[in-house]
Amino acid sequence: MTTTRSVMPFDEALERFEPVLGLETHVELGTESKMFCGCPTAFGAPPNTQVCPVCLALPGALPVANDQAIESTIRIGLALNCTIAEWCRFARKNYFYPDMPKNYQISQYDEPLCTDGHLDVEVDGRTVRVEIERVHLEEDTGKSTHVGGATGRIHGADYSIVDYNRAGIPLVEIVTRPIAGTDRLAPEVARAYVTELRELMRSLGVSDVRMEQGSLRCDVNVSLMPRGAAEWGTRTETKNVNSLRSVERAVRGEIERQAAVLADGGRIVQETRHFHEDTGATTSGRSKEEAQDYRYFPEPDLLPIAPAPEWVEELRARLPELPTARRRRLQAEWGVSDLDMAAMRNADAVDLVEATVAAGAPAADARKWWMGELARRANESGTALADLPIEPGQIARVVELVASGALTDKLARQVLEGLLAGEGSPDEIVEARGLRVVSDEGELIAIIDQVLAANTDAADKVRAGKVAAAGALVGGVMKASRGKADAARARELILQRLGVAG
Amino acid sequence: MSLTHRNAAELGALMAAGEVSAVEVAQAHLDRVAEVDSRVHAFLHVAAESALEQARAVDARRAAGEKLGPLAGVPIAHKDVFTTRDMPTTAGSKILEGYRPPYDATVTTRLREAGLVILGKTNLDEFAMGSSTENSAYGPTRNPWDLDRVPGGSSGGSSAAVASYQAPLSTGTDTGGSIRQPAAVTGIVGMKPTYGGSSRYGLIAFASSLDTPGPFARTVLDAALLHEAFSGHDVMDTTSIHAEVPPVVEAARQADVAGLRVGVVREFGGEGYQPGVTARFQEAVELLESLGAKVTEVSCPSFTYALPAYYLIAPSECSSNLARFDGMRYGLRVADDGTRSAEEVMALTRAAGFGAEVKRRIMLGTYALSSGYYDAYYGSAQKVRTLIARDFEAAFHQVDVLISPTTPTTAFPIGERADDPMAMYLADLCTIPANLAGNAAISVPCGRADEDGLPVGLQIMAPVLGDDRCYRVGAAVEKAFEDRWGGPLLKEAPSL
Repeated sequence: MTTTRSVMPFDEALERFEPVLGLETHVELGTESKMFCGCPTAFGAPPNTQVCPVCLALPGALPVANDQAIESTIRIGLALNCTIAEWCRFARKNYFYPDMPKNYQISQYDEPLCTDGHLDVEVDGRTVRVEIERVHLEEDTGKSTHVGGATGRIHGADYSIVDYNRAGIPLVEIVTRPIAGTDRLAPEVARAYVTELRELMRSLGVSDVRMEQGSLRCDVNVSLMPRGAAEWGTRTETKNVNSLRSVERAVRGEIERQAAVLADGGRIVQETRHFHEDTGATTSGRSKEEAQDYRYFPEPDLLPIAPAPEWVEELRARLPELPTARRRRLQAEWGVSDLDMAAMRNADAVDLVEATVAAGAPAADARKWWMGELARRANESGTALADLPIEPGQIARVVELVASGALTDKLARQVLEGLLAGEGSPDEIVEARGLRVVSDEGELIAIIDQVLAANTDAADKVRAGKVAAAGALVGGVMKASRGKADAARARELILQRLGVAG
Repeated sequence: MSLTHRNAAELGALMAAGEVSAVEVAQAHLDRVAEVDSRVHAFLHVAAESALEQARAVDARRAAGEKLGPLAGVPIAHKDVFTTRDMPTTAGSKILEGYRPPYDATVTTRLREAGLVILGKTNLDEFAMGSSTENSAYGPTRNPWDLDRVPGGSSGGSSAAVASYQAPLSTGTDTGGSIRQPAAVTGIVGMKPTYGGSSRYGLIAFASSLDTPGPFARTVLDAALLHEAFSGHDVMDTTSIHAEVPPVVEAARQADVAGLRVGVVREFGGEGYQPGVTARFQEAVELLESLGAKVTEVSCPSFTYALPAYYLIAPSECSSNLARFDGMRYGLRVADDGTRSAEEVMALTRAAGFGAEVKRRIMLGTYALSSGYYDAYYGSAQKVRTLIARDFEAAFHQVDVLISPTTPTTAFPIGERADDPMAMYLADLCTIPANLAGNAAISVPCGRADEDGLPVGLQIMAPVLGDDRCYRVGAAVEKAFEDRWGGPLLKEAPSL
């Protein structure tokens, strides 16, 4: 790519300008069937196998709204403290594009299902309230792949192929009001907002919110104004930012780019920009100045949505414990610091630790394994913690074996290695690898005697009262037992045999 | 009487009694099609083989002792705007030439379930846009009364098929009068049910909030039997009404108007109405009075704005509904020579595939919906629509049904209005209000105009879900007129 990159370092940019953010998030709902037809929604099916006359827009086909999707959208709205419309309509958004079978998208326009909510997020110990303007329901488009050409976009491609499996999957769009006053925390606030939203979706069970599979996609709006200015600057919209890290990078990158343009006396063009995961930079897309007229009008093929207020109240009453409340409860139950809790959230370990605790492990141990050895392993292999081939129940069993003295921490790490390698359950691995602590006193004493005989100098020092020298002897026992001895017991026995009181 | 000149109820009874087989009935009609349709051009596709196969299946079921419905084995001509998995479906457009849908419309399914034998698909104005069938990409259909005249439209193939005895029944769709106006100008019965009373699933959309499938027949009872066969709630069409089909067959048999309050719409009449149409309508009013109906004049002031409102709403919806015809997934695709972009292929395909009237309406609708014009055009038209519905409501507080001429003139010569869209649009002047408000309305023959000897239709409008009233009044008028004429009006048509 040959974009001339001129950016102002972040700190300098923030000294001169104040950022205003806006986030539009699309969440694919995890309904069994599509928004307006009965086709399945499973991810990864062979192209164009989950399609029917309705989602292919064959002549004469008509949409039927998915009640489950409407319910999920209302639950999202309630969890975001929104007002739920008593009557609203779908609208057609008209534009031509090959991955949109009808050449219009059924969406909502001036009558969204949920309005005026908020979501509190915590950044750097500070709570930032993000106002939600609207939450509405629409359908996803098909997925285009543009083959050939330099940009991977439709212009200049040799040819394009379209997979309509995604066409018609229910999509909830959540739009924030402009978020001002975040200052240099802007990138973190953006990330924290998306993180919080993702946890909220999970706790509601409405979506699997996998950003890498596109079931949660984010458009990031950024504008800058000179410090002290009263009027907000022109914004850009960066499309398809598909990881939490990218959300943060996109905001940061756009602040740095816009600051450079403005500082040069340039003008920000209201436009769509594309985010590049590899470089973290954005490039110019479609200019909003040549924006399309979508010719919205109420969808005549569908009846208005009119959720009964009593039903909405019932849904409100049945909402699960929401993430903030849950985190506060867990933090108190586990007795961990804010910092540790934040670390667990960042590592996506909260659910795993909770499940491990539920399987019987003490919180401290559960946290130790997930945030220590397992986080390291996940990091090394570049997988998400939750995607490691290991179950919370297995960790709980390892913790139990350590607590009972059957395993040392060192042996436990070998068990984890076996678990990751798919060698079976913790007990099977202990058995197969012969990892159980030497608990037969006779066997242990035999090893100790060998070690004492081979290290007469150290043994003499201990006899002479230099108890600290016992450490080397314990090390020798551990080595001779290939780590399977219980170090504490070995120490006791060494001191005992050398006639020193423990 | 030959089988083709019998009505559907009679054919059903003859077959039930074992006096004639469904195969014989189907063959007689296929022979008739072969004999006359080269002159009428009612059909775009004749499905002789599958018709005979369906007929054989009906005969076999009857032979096996199955209890069949009143229309089992009766042939029907199906408007080529309903999808059929075993026949091409073109909507009268080049853009769908040769297209075979993978699924049946709900109406098609219900015809099959009722044992009706589908003879083929009938001609129409492209995407049901027009009042003459001249806008078909496959050439015009001709009026059996005068082959140089139009059979009405958009369902002109279906009206001509029934009026020329090629089928006792046919299906149509009525968006602004596309069933009632062709029925009127060919001297037969055509009914637009209450909007949502019949399913639109598999009906290729013109204007979603107006499109209504309905029946054509030579008698009011036949129309009611067909109406009952394919109407009723459909889970695939959420705008279809959750209610029992009104008792239309019972009403058609009742045929009684004594004590009924009938309103004449003041706004329909006078200038622009052919004298023969006005005269026959006046006769119908007198006839109703003689039958014991109480006729009064009723004013529906907003009806004056129905035509302009319709020509904003229908094109707006069609501009969006027809967006899917882009050459990407089915139908015509032109200029895909490997050098052009998807956008160019879409544009060139649509330029080549759509006819002039369809393009005109897409452009009208695109304009009416565009940013800055929406409120003035589409928004205002929707308000007019509300006012028209209120006029109907107020009128139905005073009367049980409203009547008017179905269309201001008799069948016009082919080509006469082809270059004058406004003149063409006026053909639907009286029929459009019922579409905008969703009411039920029927057209029944009420004689021939003195000046040209061509049929005139009487429109009877009823409240939403009051479809049975249309049949009740229609059947009474039919009976009284036939007594006066010594038989159905269609007897007076020249034999082909």
